[in-house]
Amino acid sequence: MPQIEQLAATYGSQIFWLLVTFGIVYLVIGRGMARKVVGTVELRDRTVAEDLSSAEAARASADQAEEQWRAQENAAREQAKRKLAEARAAGAKASEQRLGAANAELDAKVSEAEARIAAAQQAALTEIGAVAADAARDIVRRVAETEVEEAEARKAVEKVLHG
Amino acid sequence: MAEESTAIDPMHQFQVQTIADLFTIGDTQIAFTNSAAWMVATVVALWLFMLGGMKQAVVPGRWQMMVEGFTGFVTKLVDENIGKGGRKYLPYIFSLFMFILFANLLGMLPLGLVGLHPFTFTSHFTVTGVLAIMSFSIVLIVGFWKHGLKFFSLFVPHGTPVPMIPLIFFIELISFAFRPFSLGLRLFVAMTAGHILLKVLAGFVINSTNAGALWGGVVGIPSFALMVGISALEVLVAGIQAYVFALLTSLYIHDAEHLH
Repeated sequence: MPQIEQLAATYGSQIFWLLVTFGIVYLVIGRGMARKVVGTVELRDRTVAEDLSSAEAARASADQAEEQWRAQENAAREQAKRKLAEARAAGAKASEQRLGAANAELDAKVSEAEARIAAAQQAALTEIGAVAADAARDIVRRVAETEVEEAEARKAVEKVLHG
Repeated sequence: MAEESTAIDPMHQFQVQTIADLFTIGDTQIAFTNSAAWMVATVVALWLFMLGGMKQAVVPGRWQMMVEGFTGFVTKLVDENIGKGGRKYLPYIFSLFMFILFANLLGMLPLGLVGLHPFTFTSHFTVTGVLAIMSFSIVLIVGFWKHGLKFFSLFVPHGTPVPMIPLIFFIELISFAFRPFSLGLRLFVAMTAGHILLKVLAGFVINSTNAGALWGGVVGIPSFALMVGISALEVLVAGIQAYVFALLTSLYIHDAEHLH
């Protein structure tokens, strides 16, 4: 087995060259290159994690903004509804008032007219009494050829007219 | 590869050949060998692989994704097994995992076809032993640095009855002391065994075919089919052994960091 047979002759060079080459590997590759590669991987992992968390935060803030907007929208709608109801109530009240005023005016006119009609009726009735008394005196004069006093005739007519 | 036409030595692939005698430290010759060349090749291949992942793009391309897959895999391993305070060992664990993985896989390349001598330096216990001792040293240094002599309480599991403590302590100490051996030998044995098996089967294919068409058909073709399957298995083993080495190192460092 050359590993044993050549041990005495080669161990020096084997150990020497191993220490030299492994030393280079350790210093250049282990401490230099491998560290940089690991650093790159870690940087990438961190960037990805940060991007993910910032995206998550953006989503949360968008959700919040939407919620806020919705609340504002609801408030505005509520206010508009309330204003509409107020305006409707005010309009109804105003028209009722005007209607009431017009009604009162009409009532007044009607009652005035009724009073006038009653007066005219009264006047007409008295007129009829006078005409009837004249007519009765006339009839008495023609039939009985006697004169009747106007007051008497009127009394008689009154008696007939009012029972 | 074959030294003689009839005898194929499956151990030849583990031979360390000197390319250049460089210098000596004390009495020890430090030569540039084929093993060292494959270590350098591993470093270059690993560096090129990592270079493809250095674009640091926010949306990664395929290559960057692959590199990030490996770093992510080792990061997960470290986070799960060392836990709190484990990230400072990430460069070491990652280097260990990738170095062993690339060494194992490069040793599997069929470069013998173009005349190169493929060499898996993780099949040498001088190499795996040094890696294991490094991991174990980190465990010892961190353990005693953080906990001082309290580190020895690692050898007494919670709820041990008082009369049993000396015995349990002794057993746990031995099992702890064997960790670097098991760590280093596991990788060495797995790599060596797989490569010997492949080479023995390759020898069957060559020798049986040389013995004639009949033997080639009866022995050579089934051996070749087996080689294809075992090669796939060896790729899996290459990954698993690198993972096991990194995993066990993380578990041992966990003990040193948190005691239990």
